[in-house]
Amino acid sequence: MTEITIEERVDDRPGGLRSVLSEFWAYFSENRGAVIGLFFFIAIVLIAILADVIAPHAPNHQYRDALLQPPFWQPGGGFRFPLGTDAIGRDMLSRLIYGSRYSLFIGCIVVSVSLVVGVMLGLIAGFFRGKIDTFIMRIMDVVLAFPSLLLALVLVAILGPSLINAMIAIAIVQQPHYVRLTRAAVLSEMTKDYVTAARVIGVKTLRLMFITILPNCMAPLIVQAALSFSTAILDAAALGFLGMGAQPPTPEWGTMLAESREFILRAWWVVTFPGVAILTTVLAINLMGDGLRDALDPKLKR
Amino acid sequence: MFLYLFKKLAVTIPTFFGVTLVAFIFIRLLPGDPVLLMAGERGISDERHAVLMAEMGFDKPILVQYGYYLADLAHGDFGTSIITKRPVLEEFATLFPATMELSICAMLLAILLGLPAGMIAATKRGTAIDHTVMTTALAGYSMPIFWWGLLLIIFFSGTLGWTPVSGRISLLYYFEPVTGFMLIDSLLSGQEGAFQSALSHLILPTIVLATIPLAVIARQTRSAMLEVLSEDYVRTARAKGLGPQRVIGLHALRNAMIPVITVIGLQVGVLFAGAILTETIFSWPGIGKWMVESIFRRDYSAVQGGLLLIAAIVMLVNLAVDLLYGIINPQIRHTDS
Repeated sequence: MTEITIEERVDDRPGGLRSVLSEFWAYFSENRGAVIGLFFFIAIVLIAILADVIAPHAPNHQYRDALLQPPFWQPGGGFRFPLGTDAIGRDMLSRLIYGSRYSLFIGCIVVSVSLVVGVMLGLIAGFFRGKIDTFIMRIMDVVLAFPSLLLALVLVAILGPSLINAMIAIAIVQQPHYVRLTRAAVLSEMTKDYVTAARVIGVKTLRLMFITILPNCMAPLIVQAALSFSTAILDAAALGFLGMGAQPPTPEWGTMLAESREFILRAWWVVTFPGVAILTTVLAINLMGDGLRDALDPKLKR
Repeated sequence: MFLYLFKKLAVTIPTFFGVTLVAFIFIRLLPGDPVLLMAGERGISDERHAVLMAEMGFDKPILVQYGYYLADLAHGDFGTSIITKRPVLEEFATLFPATMELSICAMLLAILLGLPAGMIAATKRGTAIDHTVMTTALAGYSMPIFWWGLLLIIFFSGTLGWTPVSGRISLLYYFEPVTGFMLIDSLLSGQEGAFQSALSHLILPTIVLATIPLAVIARQTRSAMLEVLSEDYVRTARAKGLGPQRVIGLHALRNAMIPVITVIGLQVGVLFAGAILTETIFSWPGIGKWMVESIFRRDYSAVQGGLLLIAAIVMLVNLAVDLLYGIINPQIRHTDS
């Protein structure tokens, strides 16, 4: 019975969920960059979903009559291949469009895996303290002692180069950040009165962990999720570039860059466009991340 | 202070053992056993295999093997490269100065540009200057640096023909390494044009490697400055009639430096990760390129040794930063973490 009162108190904020969301949007939309980032990101998501409809060619089809054709505004280019073709006559624009699928997929999977595992471990460490806390945190320290890209490279060397293994490696490398954030948030929540109250009235451990405490730790985790989404895309592209991520002929942006390296002084477009795609996607997500932080960080709220 | 040092070491030392454990396990997680790996594609007879396994101690229980591994490390034995047959530590030591030189130059560039940029953005908060600096910084932070390096090569080496594409110095020059730092060695050699050649090889890789730390430092400096500028003592200093330069230079900057130094220290790991990509693009003969090549050559004992040495360096620098942090800010060493 008392339990209900406590939950009501949480929802007692004026207006409940809707006003929380509108307050969030008010702070978020104050940051113009964040809104631009959001629209860009939505556009990329739409491109990825509609790739089959909007891509003018199949991503892996080779046009033998059009090798290394420049983009349309350069002499020799044409609207058949708006952004030109690569060394074996594949349409750059279509490959870039399909590439967005891989990058978003990588970001989603890596963030979900590292978030779920990281939050679990951080919650356990922060909630139970003692030996298990020390054990988990020391392991995280060990993971953090290695430069992330190096550790990911070595993990892929063990698992074998492929997109899936690259994602597993990046998720492993990223999750200590979630563990640390969750643990820190849980530790500070644990000292608050509402947790003590919940304990006193005999709320069960699991409910206390997941329903009472965890929702109040979400703000820094959401910001971290946005940041690690972009890092995941960058790292996966870097692994692809080093030949340790997605394998050719997958139209993943980093892998496309690796394939085009030998043509850098002859055909600038095969090198330039995949990088522009990576940069704009990552920048859009980071802009959004900054906006999220401003909107969710109570310290900055005025 | 000693208590603080002790506390930090109490965390660092177990972590170091954890790192050795990771490096030790790494080679055992690879498909196939170490002897088969070394034998390569030629294969090996069963008897010889058993003899070699026993010789190298691979038939012992795993914990005993780990003990041997630690004992070897304590004697400075980080393994022997399968390909070159040279001790890993020796290879690492020959290549490390190249990475050091590049990293130091990149860090200097990042600090020299990042600090002023962040300070200007903070003092001009909300203006066009602030927005430009911060957007540029975020773009730098979002940069796929391997692509950025290729772009710079296309423009400066391809179109303009100003800078060389790869290596540390033109093949026209040869001299024995003294310090291992090409800029210094080329000056010491006294050969005309050697220094210019070394410098022109260094410029693009430095810019590429500096990009992300530069962005991080600029952002961190700005937010640290903003926080400090709203403090009471800054208002007091202003009320006393101190000029803006004195307020910012003397009162605000000093306190804003504390988080900035931490961030600079944390960039060491980022620099190593960046060095892997930068060195690969510019064929810079350093640790990063060596690690990537070792992975591709399946030279796993080199990877194992390199992994451990790099992690050890990162940990030492982080420890040094922590201690420095404790010296600058007494509050830190007197509170429990």
